[in-house]
Amino acid sequence: MDDLLPDFLVETAENLQQVDNEIVRFEREPSDVEVLANIFRMVHTVKGSCGFIGLPRLEQLAHAAETLLGKLRDGTLKANPAIVTETLAAIDAIRIITAALAETGKEPETDNAELINRLEALARGETVDGAPAEAPTAAASNDMASQSIRVSVSLLEELMTSVSELVLTRNQLMQEHKQAGHDEMDPPLQRLSAQIYRLQDSVMRTRMQPISGAWNVLPRIVRQLGIDLDKSIDLVMEGGETELDRQMLEMIKDPLTHMVRNSGDHGIETRTARLAAGKPPAGTIHLSAAQEGGHITIDLSDDGCGLNLPKLKEKAVEHGVLTSAQADEASDMQLARLIFMPGMSTAKEVTQISGRGVGMDIVRANIEKIGGTIEVDTKMGEGTRFRIRIPLTLAIMPALIIGVGPEKARAHFAIPQIAVAELVRTDADSEHRVETVAGARVIRLRGRLLPLIDLGHTLGMPGGATDHVLIIRGAGNEYGVLVDEVFDTEELVVKPVSHPLAGLSLYAGNAILGDGQVIMILDANGLAEELGSETQREADALANMDQESKAPLPIAKDAILIFKAGGRPHPRAVPLALVSRIEEIPADAIEWSGKHAVVQLRDELVPVVCLNGRYTPIESGKQAALIFADHGEIIALAVDEVVDIIEANVALELCSDDPERLGTAVVAGKATELIDVAHLFTVDMPKRGASTRRDGAATGARVLVIDDSPFFRNMLTPLLSAAGYQVKAAASVDDALSLRAAGETFDLILSDIEMPGKSGLDFARNIRSGGSWSDLPLVALSSLSDEQDMEAGLQAGFDRYVAKFDRKRLLELLEESVKLDEEAAA
Amino acid sequence: MSQLVNMKLAGTSLGIDVKAVQDVVRLGSITPVPRAADWIAGMMNLRGHIVTAINMRARMNLPPADPDARQMCVVVNLGPEAYSLIVDSVGEVISVTEDQREPEPATLDSHWRSVSRGVVRLPTQLLIEIDIEHLIRGKFNEAA
Repeated sequence: MDDLLPDFLVETAENLQQVDNEIVRFEREPSDVEVLANIFRMVHTVKGSCGFIGLPRLEQLAHAAETLLGKLRDGTLKANPAIVTETLAAIDAIRIITAALAETGKEPETDNAELINRLEALARGETVDGAPAEAPTAAASNDMASQSIRVSVSLLEELMTSVSELVLTRNQLMQEHKQAGHDEMDPPLQRLSAQIYRLQDSVMRTRMQPISGAWNVLPRIVRQLGIDLDKSIDLVMEGGETELDRQMLEMIKDPLTHMVRNSGDHGIETRTARLAAGKPPAGTIHLSAAQEGGHITIDLSDDGCGLNLPKLKEKAVEHGVLTSAQADEASDMQLARLIFMPGMSTAKEVTQISGRGVGMDIVRANIEKIGGTIEVDTKMGEGTRFRIRIPLTLAIMPALIIGVGPEKARAHFAIPQIAVAELVRTDADSEHRVETVAGARVIRLRGRLLPLIDLGHTLGMPGGATDHVLIIRGAGNEYGVLVDEVFDTEELVVKPVSHPLAGLSLYAGNAILGDGQVIMILDANGLAEELGSETQREADALANMDQESKAPLPIAKDAILIFKAGGRPHPRAVPLALVSRIEEIPADAIEWSGKHAVVQLRDELVPVVCLNGRYTPIESGKQAALIFADHGEIIALAVDEVVDIIEANVALELCSDDPERLGTAVVAGKATELIDVAHLFTVDMPKRGASTRRDGAATGARVLVIDDSPFFRNMLTPLLSAAGYQVKAAASVDDALSLRAAGETFDLILSDIEMPGKSGLDFARNIRSGGSWSDLPLVALSSLSDEQDMEAGLQAGFDRYVAKFDRKRLLELLEESVKLDEEAAA
Repeated sequence: MSQLVNMKLAGTSLGIDVKAVQDVVRLGSITPVPRAADWIAGMMNLRGHIVTAINMRARMNLPPADPDARQMCVVVNLGPEAYSLIVDSVGEVISVTEDQREPEPATLDSHWRSVSRGVVRLPTQLLIEIDIEHLIRGKFNEAA
């Protein structure tokens, strides 16, 4: 019989646990049939088992409770507070008795006679007054009290801390268990783990509040805004019941309020303006929140006028945030993002409502501070939409553990999982290769170049294998982080760093790992700062290129010759149009003139040059060479191999540090250096001597180049500079006209014809119609060169016409035009 | 009268108010913090709490300790944070009367002066009482 007792206790404990869940409902709805049935079943089972095992006290109690519950169940009795109280008392008593049984193996000597009497009296339909004194009042207020209680925030914080520590201890235990390998401990540990997870979840939920807590001030603010600004604004809110950590709630409150004010103030137009734009007179601000995984997404949109992108652009250039060339290439999305930069408020005047120095840069900073992101999307005349993503809680953060440094002294760091977009492995054979561009390392990922941070190097512990790359994607940043090893993810309880470390933006916090070691948590935004100003520019350029692949931006489509040279594995490129021909020169045809290699080609002695230094002759066989002809000069560029000729859209990013190359571009999915042909001609050659710069250098004439294509601007500027001209480039007719307005003068203007917006023809007509440039020589530069086009160009006011790739003709024309002009002036 | 925990650093006796001292532990595992000031030895786990370990020798511009030396940590509280001061050895708690206190000698090195609260004359030696706030925040403020 004693053998049965443990089984009975386990079963009863389980039943009691189930009933616990029902009790709250029972208190609220004592007549709920299902709840009653559950409690009745439990009590019934206890009674049955007691009789079998021989536990008379428990049996009596259970019997009395069963009788009462039976009458409730079959409707003979109606539930009232007294019945609920006594039922609960009976369940508690059963719990006490079974607890004592578990401890001593015997029924306790407690006397339940009074309780049993009350239960029996109630079952007979009598009222009892022997019930616990506090029962009636307690029962009366039970409805509310049972549903919510007030708990101080500090107690919740304390709970959270305890749970956090518990999570840590669990991690530690699991880790040690893994190492020890005691299989028999698996099930209990797993149960423990699951329970802790549930506990963590519950405790976290106690800290949750509906986001409407941050919203409830908004309707009034919007209403007041409407009155102050004489606008009709409707505020539509959805998903207010979405819950998030109250700490997050506090942090999001002000930014959100500010953004709603902004929408009302700058976004929504006046009634008249809206009617004129064919919109309903009342504007709508739409605010919604929803939970997605471990995140809350908050959308704030308005159907107002949208962001003033041209103004943003202007302001960005004015503040030096973007160069005018960058600004012109920027997509709408990129321009819209400018509002998150400091000092970019475009409101015409500082209004009482939102222009108070708290800009969107502060909003972004606040959101990032809590590990969130903000994005903006806007359409002129149609409205603006902001999307904020924030984590549910800050306290526990899933993080990726990584290793850095030489194998024997590898240091571990954590990086928030939310920041890591993907993990790639790099090696020479893999498609994700680490390449070096101008000393900066980049990674090619699906045809895009991302800047790389060598974490070991950054942290001063180099020397590892570095074949893992974390791709970090966050607020406006996308970059790779080279690490030596990637371990598990762990849930970390994040603690802020101590005072002396607070100045290091590299760290987001620290935490204790399962093995008891402290780990530093890297900050994705802080790491991005490590890209440095130089590399940052490259990153921006790369980001631009990235954008270009998404949105059609001015890019040139050209035939590109790909080659390898100087024994370097990475490809170089040159526009095919610049190459006169490709020659294979027999090794023995290369002669030496002093220190310089030359080759006789079609009765001309042609210097042989190579990239990165002096040409080293090959022993035998044939030397592949690209022949460039420039204004009567010919050079042969020795190359290792001509790889391919492709038609490609080349998004060239100019670099200035290396004279031999124009910059870097992604050609056929590879980081490719575009060489600067003009530079090759400036390399001091015996045959050429001092005559190299004879043309333009003599005049120093100022030339303005107008071309919407960055490729051509970047190509022509060094070319013309090398020929001795002072060159200024403008990306559009408007840019050029603003130069005129700024009082700039030139000796000659070279303009593209086909440009988005105002065309070259418009430009010619404009400057010929008057102003300081009305008499300047004007050369048309176009890929269209049939007679009709030429005629149109000449009529519009161009003096000359030259095809884009005809460099020889271009230089001749420039020279002639400048000379003519000088003569005319003389 | 006040009580000071007496400790040694490269032959110099230091004292810290016993009320600020939370614990004295043997130097254990420390997680280094790259890019932090050189006197930040790293982070240690003290019974589930993260404590910033201060390399007192580096902080006081003294040569590093012998790698085999078994250094000790004096864990002190500063506001809500705890710091673990790594010293060569920790002695007893001593009671100090007011008349044992002396102004800092003019010859005291400026490094010591910047973290000192005063000097205590003991029967056999002089002891520098450390101002924890200046020790931890002072240097930081100087740097900032």
